[in-house]
Amino acid sequence: MATFDLELVSPEKLLLSRPVEMAIIPAAEGEMGVLPGMAPMIVALKGGVIRVQENGAITEKLFVMGGFAEITPTRVTVLADEATPLAELSRSEAQARVKKAEADYEAAAASATPEEREGAMDRLLAAREMEQAAEAA
Amino acid sequence: MANLKELRGRINSVKSTRKITQAMKMVAAAKLRRAQSQAEAARPYAERMARMLASLGQAVAGNPDAPKLLVGTGSDQVHLLVVVTADRGLAGPFNTNVGRHARNHIRKLEAAGKTVKILTVGRKGATYLKREFASRMAGEITFQGKKRVGFEDANAIAERLTGMLEAGEFDVCTLIYNRFRSVIAQIPSDQQLIPAELPEAAAETASGEAQAWYEYEPDEATILAQLLPKNLAIQIYRAILESAAGEHGARMNAMDNATRNAGDMINKLTLTYNRTRQANITRELIEIISGAEAL
Repeated sequence: MATFDLELVSPEKLLLSRPVEMAIIPAAEGEMGVLPGMAPMIVALKGGVIRVQENGAITEKLFVMGGFAEITPTRVTVLADEATPLAELSRSEAQARVKKAEADYEAAAASATPEEREGAMDRLLAAREMEQAAEAA
Repeated sequence: MANLKELRGRINSVKSTRKITQAMKMVAAAKLRRAQSQAEAARPYAERMARMLASLGQAVAGNPDAPKLLVGTGSDQVHLLVVVTADRGLAGPFNTNVGRHARNHIRKLEAAGKTVKILTVGRKGATYLKREFASRMAGEITFQGKKRVGFEDANAIAERLTGMLEAGEFDVCTLIYNRFRSVIAQIPSDQQLIPAELPEAAAETASGEAQAWYEYEPDEATILAQLLPKNLAIQIYRAILESAAGEHGARMNAMDNATRNAGDMINKLTLTYNRTRQANITRELIEIISGAEAL
């Protein structure tokens, strides 16, 4: 089956760089399956799980905390703010982050501008995603 | 000629100095390896980011209401210099080199009638530049007491810069840091952060890839508004990492030299010590012999 090159980088390191058949990425407006030959696109990501499919089966799952993806017919580059393989996610840390994000959102809901509120909401949702992913792992 | 006791004292003191410099060299070498791999690990992200920004920036660059981070404020009166140095000294000319580079830059800008503001990252740069440009300091940041500088720290600096830009406190922002070329060569360099320097699109087409028309989700402006601050943070992050790697490299070198010098000095002092001792013995012998002959 046809493949494309998937690269996943976070500021701290290069996590993934190899040909894959399909990748499901958590785009800001809904999950998105990417196959080879897709039209060029730049999408924003939300917190969620990237699933990588090779030889007809999902071989790798990684959690990303927002970022961007650049899609071209032959290559997909994911620039994640943070990325962790699902197996390495820690539940307690995810819970701590949800707590913090909830507190931030409460604070933002009271005072801040709509944009700030939205940013806090995004972070809260991402943290919840992380908690879910950690529980599923 | 110095007496024996004094010489012995000096030899011992140089020996203990050598021990210290040798230990510092070992520590620097170990830290260097870590800093270097951290800097290398950050490189792919920065490269990919530059590539994405290049394709995105071109589409928006001509637009009059493009984000300030990309095109600047339209004036170039007030310059902000972000000077990245180490927190600690004893690294040879590492810190002074950046300081001198910054100073020349400031002189040049002021000669051209611009206003200069300075933001230092690292304690050494602050003390160096404060002596001469105290009135132009806009702030100092240090990572003292921090074991490892992470992306969040760079992000905090980037947020501060964005805030200052929004408040209209500067027009052009330049980053001055030591570029890590090799363990023995760190080059003080400057890089313009705001307005962002777009990498040439020619590089993209040269690499055999056709210039693509992208679709955007959610939309171009939203993505750009997120991408630009991130790019700023990543540039700063990279500079900090390169500077950290350079610092350890420079310190390792300086300490290696110091250890060698201490070794030379010990040899010289030991030689003088032995000669003096021999001279003393000979003198005593002569005294005894001539005393005996006189009888």
